Amino acid sequence: MIETRKIKIIMLVLVAIVTVIAGIQLYQHRHYDVPIVAGPGVTKVGKLSDYHAGIKGTIADTDVFFMEGEEEGGSMLVICNTHSNEIVAGLTAFMIVENAVVEKGRLIVIPQFNNSGGRNTRSGDGYPLYFDIDTPWGSKTFRMGNRDASPLDQWPDPDVYVHYPEGQLLSYMDVRNTNRTWPGRPDGPLMEQVCFAAMELIRNESIDATIDVHGAETMFPVTNCVVAPDKSMRIATMTALTVKSREGFDFHVEPSPAGMRGLSHREIGDYSDSMPFLLEAPLPFLDQPTGPKTMDLLLTGKDPFLLSLSEKGMLFVPYDEEGWPIERRAGQHTSVILELMSQMGRQYPEKEMIVTGIPKYSDVVENGIGYYLTDPSTVDSSRIYYQ
Amino acid sequence: MPIVMILYYIISISLLGLLTWNFMREKESVTDMLLYLIVAIPFILRVLRVK
Repeated sequence: MIETRKIKIIMLVLVAIVTVIAGIQLYQHRHYDVPIVAGPGVTKVGKLSDYHAGIKGTIADTDVFFMEGEEEGGSMLVICNTHSNEIVAGLTAFMIVENAVVEKGRLIVIPQFNNSGGRNTRSGDGYPLYFDIDTPWGSKTFRMGNRDASPLDQWPDPDVYVHYPEGQLLSYMDVRNTNRTWPGRPDGPLMEQVCFAAMELIRNESIDATIDVHGAETMFPVTNCVVAPDKSMRIATMTALTVKSREGFDFHVEPSPAGMRGLSHREIGDYSDSMPFLLEAPLPFLDQPTGPKTMDLLLTGKDPFLLSLSEKGMLFVPYDEEGWPIERRAGQHTSVILELMSQMGRQYPEKEMIVTGIPKYSDVVENGIGYYLTDPSTVDSSRIYYQ
Repeated sequence: MPIVMILYYIISISLLGLLTWNFMREKESVTDMLLYLIVAIPFILRVLRVK
């Protein structure tokens, strides 16, 4: 009896120690803020809750950066970190916000769309909590988040998520996935309210084009592509053809399936006048048959198992010993965003946008992402925002 | 707080009570003891509303 009691006490102590150590690490990750510098083109910084008061004061609220030109033209919204484990999206947002200058039209960027997901991690998958990007002024540390919002912020999950308003049955966890909860509703679960707020932004600001930036597995066919519904298809096709020929990277168009609900590339187009586009760049880290999920794999995309699968023709993207460096992925996104702007102006002259400062694919590959990040210690504190 | 959330918290407390009771009653299997403790962690955090 005494022996059993001793064992139980030792176990209680050990479990408490492990829980506290892990808890501290997760607490620090959730509360670690990454500074973003409002670059020379940023004219205003608002909050997503400005468009729906229901998320005000919650962890779901997030910054919205406005870059407005002196001349009227088209308007574009770029949404990043819908899925915060697809880190290329957040890095693309940082490069745009810290460098872009708009001469004509309006460019609006949300760097951390699912803020709760950006402060979450994937339990049991061994994700790194942080990753570092080298810059000319030192190393900058970013949080690595998760695909879904944290259950700490939206709980409990239903057995089956019934999409609003279409009623389609989706996986239970998709109720926390801000690429399944579009178009949202003002009194729904928190992530539906986030999407509703973004829909209100799109409708109230008369956004012409909305781009949702992502990354996807190399074994998944919807990667290295732009996903577009019928209303965006012409611009998407011309963009894909142009970047392939001019910039030299492989890229294609995927049609947005009308029967699959809740996705940004479907619902934004159906519930507003905006033309939606969803960008995917290869993200080997997310593939299942890889080695350890390390920061190195996250940034270089090099993995011997994927290389072997590539030789057997089982990947949907070109893959060699070089892997898929983060610079190539981020550069693809910036170039495609710039080309979408250009094609929108060609097809609808009244929606023309003139934007400078955003690096193209070849620039990012040559100089690295860190080259386009600003040292927060060199700017006035009023220009720094924490994501 | 909506009624459904109150019910969920009551369910969490009940399950935590069951796990604690099983842990205290278990006399032989060390593996089961450990299992009860590990399974109890999310319920403790939820009931205490630790974020």
